[in-house]
Amino acid sequence: MADGSVAEVKQALADVGYLADEPAALVSFLAQQLDKPVLVEGPAGVGKTELAKALSRASGRELVRLQCYEGLDEAKAMYEWNYRKQLLRIQAGGAQGGWDDVQDDIFSAEFLLERPLMQAIASPEPVVLLIDEIDKTDQEFEAMLLELLSDFQMTIPELGRIEATTMPIVVLTSNDSRELTEALKRRCLYLWLDYPELEREMEIVRLHTPELSETLARKLVEVIRMVRGLDLKKPPSIAESIDWARSLLLMGAEDIDRETFTKSMSIIVKHRTDIDLVAERVGVKLADPLRTEG
Amino acid sequence: MAAKLLGFCEELRGEGVAVGTSELLDAFAALGHVDWTSRADFREALAATIAKSQDDRRVFELLFDRYFFRTAEAEAVQRGVTEHAEGGPQAGEGERFDMDELSEAIREAIAAGDEDAMRDLARLAISAFGRGEGSGVVGVDVQRIRRTLGLTAGTQPPAADGSERPPIERDQLTGFERHLRRELERDLIERTETLPPSRPLAELDRALPTSPTQDLAAVHRAVAQMKRRLATLGHEQRGRKKGQHVDVRRTMRASLETGGVPLRLRYRPKRPRRPEIYVLCDVSTSVTSASVFFLSVLHALHDSFRKLRSFVFIERISEVTEVFEHERDFAVIAQKISSEGGVADVSGYTDYGRVWLEFLTEISEDLDPRSTVIVLGDARTNGREPHAEVFAKVAGKAGRLFWLNPEPKLYWNYGDSVMAAYERYCDGAFECWTTQHLQNFVDVVAGAAPATE
Repeated sequence: MADGSVAEVKQALADVGYLADEPAALVSFLAQQLDKPVLVEGPAGVGKTELAKALSRASGRELVRLQCYEGLDEAKAMYEWNYRKQLLRIQAGGAQGGWDDVQDDIFSAEFLLERPLMQAIASPEPVVLLIDEIDKTDQEFEAMLLELLSDFQMTIPELGRIEATTMPIVVLTSNDSRELTEALKRRCLYLWLDYPELEREMEIVRLHTPELSETLARKLVEVIRMVRGLDLKKPPSIAESIDWARSLLLMGAEDIDRETFTKSMSIIVKHRTDIDLVAERVGVKLADPLRTEG
Repeated sequence: MAAKLLGFCEELRGEGVAVGTSELLDAFAALGHVDWTSRADFREALAATIAKSQDDRRVFELLFDRYFFRTAEAEAVQRGVTEHAEGGPQAGEGERFDMDELSEAIREAIAAGDEDAMRDLARLAISAFGRGEGSGVVGVDVQRIRRTLGLTAGTQPPAADGSERPPIERDQLTGFERHLRRELERDLIERTETLPPSRPLAELDRALPTSPTQDLAAVHRAVAQMKRRLATLGHEQRGRKKGQHVDVRRTMRASLETGGVPLRLRYRPKRPRRPEIYVLCDVSTSVTSASVFFLSVLHALHDSFRKLRSFVFIERISEVTEVFEHERDFAVIAQKISSEGGVADVSGYTDYGRVWLEFLTEISEDLDPRSTVIVLGDARTNGREPHAEVFAKVAGKAGRLFWLNPEPKLYWNYGDSVMAAYERYCDGAFECWTTQHLQNFVDVVAGAAPATE
């Protein structure tokens, strides 16, 4: 990716199909310039993970992804010794060589199973490291990440310190379900992504479904915004607006009237109680123009 | 510039945003890479490095405008610079500018969302109306200028040449008005050569609850500390061998040192106990001033415990766990609880007896010796049956039960308070009406019974 200016980063992201707003482009730019991790927070489905993917596509780097969940530990996130192979090595090489040789040998890189974090650090090519949904892990895990995030290095007791040869772009995402520790935040640039504004969401929808007419796209985005305005358990995400746009195309819908809406509503609203609420509030509004026009 | 940025951070710290040295260094590094003259980039770069949460960001926005606006003005006043004196073209612009043209340019800037252009145009508009000729009240002048320019929210009348004009959103218009306001204030400062007094931000609009008795910042600090304490609660029992499980994987690994013979057993590390907590919070009128405090405690607890169920009660009890899981903004939560809690029946007076009965029938099945119940209330039953025996049952089922009373100990058991009836079933009853008391409570809980299984 050309790293000359904010505008270039924005353009590069747009070229791979991610329309970043000003702050997002600026922070992505700064992340590369300052070699700092980015902490992206925001409601579900505003394109946090997508930003990391787009960064990897735009910069031509490989994406290394660590999906966090409760109970994730270092063996699954950083590295693990391949003890089966180590056992084999001991048994196979028992005859020749002294104990010292074996001991040195079995704790070498060959017997190490690389997990995502290790992979990102050790990779000869620069990568984009995505640590997804960091808020799902415990604080202990966060603390473990600190060494990696501030110095891009990792300490393995038997091997010593492994430093990154190339600077990875690190993106951490959080759904804000738990407050992250100060220590972690201090090491990151902070980016809050929110639902996009009407115009931008329209651009996004049209980028992904170019066949959709502009008036329909506008109406679609307006309806989505109306739905988000309600107090729902799970408001529709950007990905869902795109899905909806695609299905409207498949249905061959010309306009979003009450009937099309009720039929396709399940694409954007996915909770029993939400469906009732949306049908009640939004469905009714949609019917009005129909009656007056035809 | 560096001094100004430091001053800005100093003000942010004053408002409770944690700005460390590392944040500052980052901010300077970031500013090295962006265009200083673009206000938007400058602001975003600062925000990304300094404001690390939504709350911080809100404070940052408010302060940023105020601080950098004031700094620039203070310097101008000091040096005796005025725009009339320094810029010849500025003064004459009023006559040369056609009103329609100006209005058109503003529309374009608004539609494009170009902040820098809007600021310049706001300045032009003011000079077009003649500086210093307004009513002197900024708010009135803003509206007067807006009306004369024919700017309204909603769909726009077609332009002079008959072409359609895009509608202006309410927000966009407000954005322009903000620029107008700032420029007018600047103008006012220039004429009077004094700065309006800087107000602490709390008086502006930080969406935090206000309470008569407590300093809220202190509450938040105490709660944050409590969070840390509670989070590390029980860590000390890590590494004890009693009742531990063998970790096969690590034992095998360790056995390599002895040639594959597992001489030493490795155990699974003991995870800290994450207790199930049930919090019952009285929200009736008799504890109004304290309930804001209690709700913020509850709010903080929700951040650190997954298995926390919270209830509010007056005459009836109602579970509000979901509200807390759904919303993170404290103000929204407080408002939601008061609007849809559904806890008051008729009188709005607390009925502890009934609350225990309901709690026992609905929730008690889930209670087990690992659970901790915390009651926040004043134990004033308004003369109704206290049902202490039911409370005893609840206490018997739960592992631990604590009571936090917002009244000083002196007032317990006077009037309709029946604290004594409940107190003997509690593992601890504490008066709790300042943050200091809250800390005492945490100390006692963390110190006295760290590892009750």
